[in-house]
Amino acid sequence: MEATRPGQRRGWLRFAPAVTLLLFLGPVGAGLVGAVLPAFGYLPALGGDGPSLDPWRRLAAYPGTGSAVGMSLWTGLAAATLSFTLTTGFAAACHGTRLFRRMQRLFAPLLAVPHAAFALGLAFLLAPSGWLLRVLSPWATGYQWPPDIALSPDPYGLNLILALVVKETPFLFLMTLGALAQVPADRTLAVARGLGYGRATAWIKAVLPLVYRQIRLPILAVVAFSVSVVDVALLLTGSTSPTLAILIMRWANDPDLAFQFVAAAGACLQLGVALAAILAWTGGERLVARLGRRWVMDGARGGAEGAARIATALTVAVAGVGVAALAAMGVWSVARRWRWPDALPSEWSLGNWAGFSGMAGGPAATTLIVGLVAAVIGLVLVLACLEAEDRAGRRPTSRALWLLYTPLIVPQVAFLFGAQVLLLGLGLEGTWGALIWAHLLFVLPYMFLSLSEPFRRLDPRYARGALCLGAGPNRVFWRIKLPMLTRAVAIALAVGFAVSVGEYLPTVFAGGGRITTLTTEAVARAGGGDFRVIGVFAVLQAALPLIGFLLASILPGWLHRHRRGMREGL
Amino acid sequence: MPTMPRVSGRSALAILAAPLAIGLFALSVASPASAQERVWPEILAAAEGESVYWNAWGGSESTNGYIQWVADTVEDRFGIDLVHVKLNDTAEAVRKVLAEKTAGRDEDGSVDLIWINGENFKAMKDANLLHGPLDEILPNFALIDPVEKPTTVIDFTVPTEGLEAPWGMAKIVFPYDSARLEETPGSIRELLAFAKANPGRFTYPAPPDFTGTTFLKQALHALADDPAVLLDPAGGNFAAVTAPLWAYLDELDPVLWREGTDYPKSSTEQMRMLDNGAVDIAISFNPGEASALIAQGRLPETVRTFVFDEGTIGNTHFVAIPYNAAHKDAAMVVANFLMGPEAQARKQDATVWGDQTVLSVAKLSAEQRALFADLPRGPATLPPNALGPSLPEPHPTWMTRIEEHWLTRYGS
Repeated sequence: MEATRPGQRRGWLRFAPAVTLLLFLGPVGAGLVGAVLPAFGYLPALGGDGPSLDPWRRLAAYPGTGSAVGMSLWTGLAAATLSFTLTTGFAAACHGTRLFRRMQRLFAPLLAVPHAAFALGLAFLLAPSGWLLRVLSPWATGYQWPPDIALSPDPYGLNLILALVVKETPFLFLMTLGALAQVPADRTLAVARGLGYGRATAWIKAVLPLVYRQIRLPILAVVAFSVSVVDVALLLTGSTSPTLAILIMRWANDPDLAFQFVAAAGACLQLGVALAAILAWTGGERLVARLGRRWVMDGARGGAEGAARIATALTVAVAGVGVAALAAMGVWSVARRWRWPDALPSEWSLGNWAGFSGMAGGPAATTLIVGLVAAVIGLVLVLACLEAEDRAGRRPTSRALWLLYTPLIVPQVAFLFGAQVLLLGLGLEGTWGALIWAHLLFVLPYMFLSLSEPFRRLDPRYARGALCLGAGPNRVFWRIKLPMLTRAVAIALAVGFAVSVGEYLPTVFAGGGRITTLTTEAVARAGGGDFRVIGVFAVLQAALPLIGFLLASILPGWLHRHRRGMREGL
Repeated sequence: MPTMPRVSGRSALAILAAPLAIGLFALSVASPASAQERVWPEILAAAEGESVYWNAWGGSESTNGYIQWVADTVEDRFGIDLVHVKLNDTAEAVRKVLAEKTAGRDEDGSVDLIWINGENFKAMKDANLLHGPLDEILPNFALIDPVEKPTTVIDFTVPTEGLEAPWGMAKIVFPYDSARLEETPGSIRELLAFAKANPGRFTYPAPPDFTGTTFLKQALHALADDPAVLLDPAGGNFAAVTAPLWAYLDELDPVLWREGTDYPKSSTEQMRMLDNGAVDIAISFNPGEASALIAQGRLPETVRTFVFDEGTIGNTHFVAIPYNAAHKDAAMVVANFLMGPEAQARKQDATVWGDQTVLSVAKLSAEQRALFADLPRGPATLPPNALGPSLPEPHPTWMTRIEEHWLTRYGS
């Protein structure tokens, strides 16, 4: 009797993975079609009735396409490699220490701040007329005027790589933390240490192989993101050394509409570049695995200690750079006049905030609402998919859930124009529904990344015990699983919210320019180059997600204040 | 500034009201009177209560502030709800209209008004994406004198044919810090001599940034044997006509900031470099911009501007209405208001924006003329008689090919 109702519910839940996939992959697919067709000359609104290879010929003939592809691959792969190396080295050297726990707290704001806001701060920090040299000039450097040297932006993509490393290391660290909880890390470490292995060597030889499998997908997402990022690259690479993503934006924005075809071809090329980077990474994996196996087998008890210490120092330095970049934007937001070579503003003013609080209020409210709604819908979908998988076993549809990560792998510019045409065709463009849905494309995969493993590693004995005591599956879900997952759910909500706050292109495309968020306002202001205004927006942009992460770290403990065993969470 | 809360609030309302709007739209289709046959009072009446989504570059607080004043005024006077959709690049709006055409949305489009000129205008005109002609409808077109200001009807050599309404005059000027620089170059040749004498102290924004491209056009105009050919489309004569430009840039490149290996991305970035003393000369497309930046605390008070004796490139910027705009009546009312003496005079005020008027003073009444009489000009703005001749923009085809050529030679 009781058993039939859960059975029906299961019938409904069974479709959750399929529905979720359809909702999110349909548009991406449609969007890709919308990029592929013009790439081969088909775009009737512009008189293109293809098929034609002309867009590709123009793409190849455009000055600098080849070097831009090289630049994208170099910066993206270097950033991903460095982020991974730092994360691993830091985790190896500091696993279980106080610094390890402290770093979690320091990383949270860096993770929360949208890429563009952070990149602006970094650009100001490292520019020839930037904060660093202002502090040192002229007394230490002798520079009366900003030196004419390529510090930031630079032609080699080093600033871009640094910015990506500052943003991606905290992300991979968070993912590593999640993975560590799923593997018997402490026991493995204890055994290895007992056999005489050094702390870091033991971690890398024994724990990393267990952890790596779990964080592989996030790493591939980082690789794909890093080779196709637009806003950060735009701010931090030299104007004569663009990445492919920058060229695509340039073509898409070219007043000569014939360039739309070239932009579409470029978007397809960008997809190829992302796939090539992922292939290169997996090739590298195999190489490292082969070499690493020999190293693991040779039985040496040390060898990684020094390197891990260097990685730790670099990780702390990277976090320091990140915090300084954020601080720079904070100082700008209360400056009136701040010229070279003043280390601090010569005139301060709260006028920026007074003048812009009214202006930013609406977009801030929109950002908050869209972020909350997207995160909550994302949570419901993720939990429904995971619960369905748990009840029915891993069926093909649930195994296909990794497809949810496509929006993270496929460059945004490649499918957003097509997705916009789809929205227009449905008459949904510029509506809140469309905007939230566009955000969900990116919010959902990240929430899935952060929630799926905690859910899957819930000790099944609790649920089994409850079932034996007569509770139905729904009761087990609400009374056992969900309370035990409070902390993971809170973090997933914070992650989803932070992702939503930072979205720029999806907001522009789905919102039709009519719905503005803090990020679209900030990017519109970035073009005007008034750092005082940009500072206000950057601080607001950083503050919202940060509050989310703070709540996520405080609330679960408070909710469970009467349950000692749950206070620390899982 | 209270724009933003309104934007989101109204768009929420707009969604709720959408079914109603579609119903009203069906009614209005029933009456066959096209805009051309209708008289202005009728349009004014129809505009009341409509929203206008104005897609305009949103990077500057002075222009944003001015647009906000326009929004408040048209709300009071015409009952129009004007929403500033802040763009990073005008091409975004062009692409949006294009996406709508691709999706078959030929009515009820999301863009009502675009701040536009030059290549973007040509693209929209060529693709039949514009509504008009407006010059037969908007009363304030009578205050324009195409002989006195030819660029108000010819946009980058392309006849506007009334498809866009003139809004402001732009002209290249060079801001510099008079505290550091006593003598300023008087011609493009003297600029080269200055750069050679002061290596690393001059640069220009990298094309395809439009200020950077305009600097190249400026140089080409001064250096070409016969600048008149620039008014016709570029053809087989491209190499011969532009040869002096490349010879000039080859000399200039090694003595630029960073020896020409990198360039600022925009004129605002170069303005910031001037503020910090990283360069001695910047480039601006608005004679009043330097004064406005001084007032905002973004340039030193010693900054002044100079122009070349041979003249500098000047053009006009406009507003246009897409062919599928949902609120054409209200958009026309706003466009007409923007051309009016009151709005034009306020825009020319250096403390507001400092943008020169498109109107012909001779056509104004005494009362209207008084609006322009005592406008503060700002310390860095040259008086009208010192701004020198305005050189015409070359045909857009020159720009496209110069950009590509520049990218090949210096861009990577």
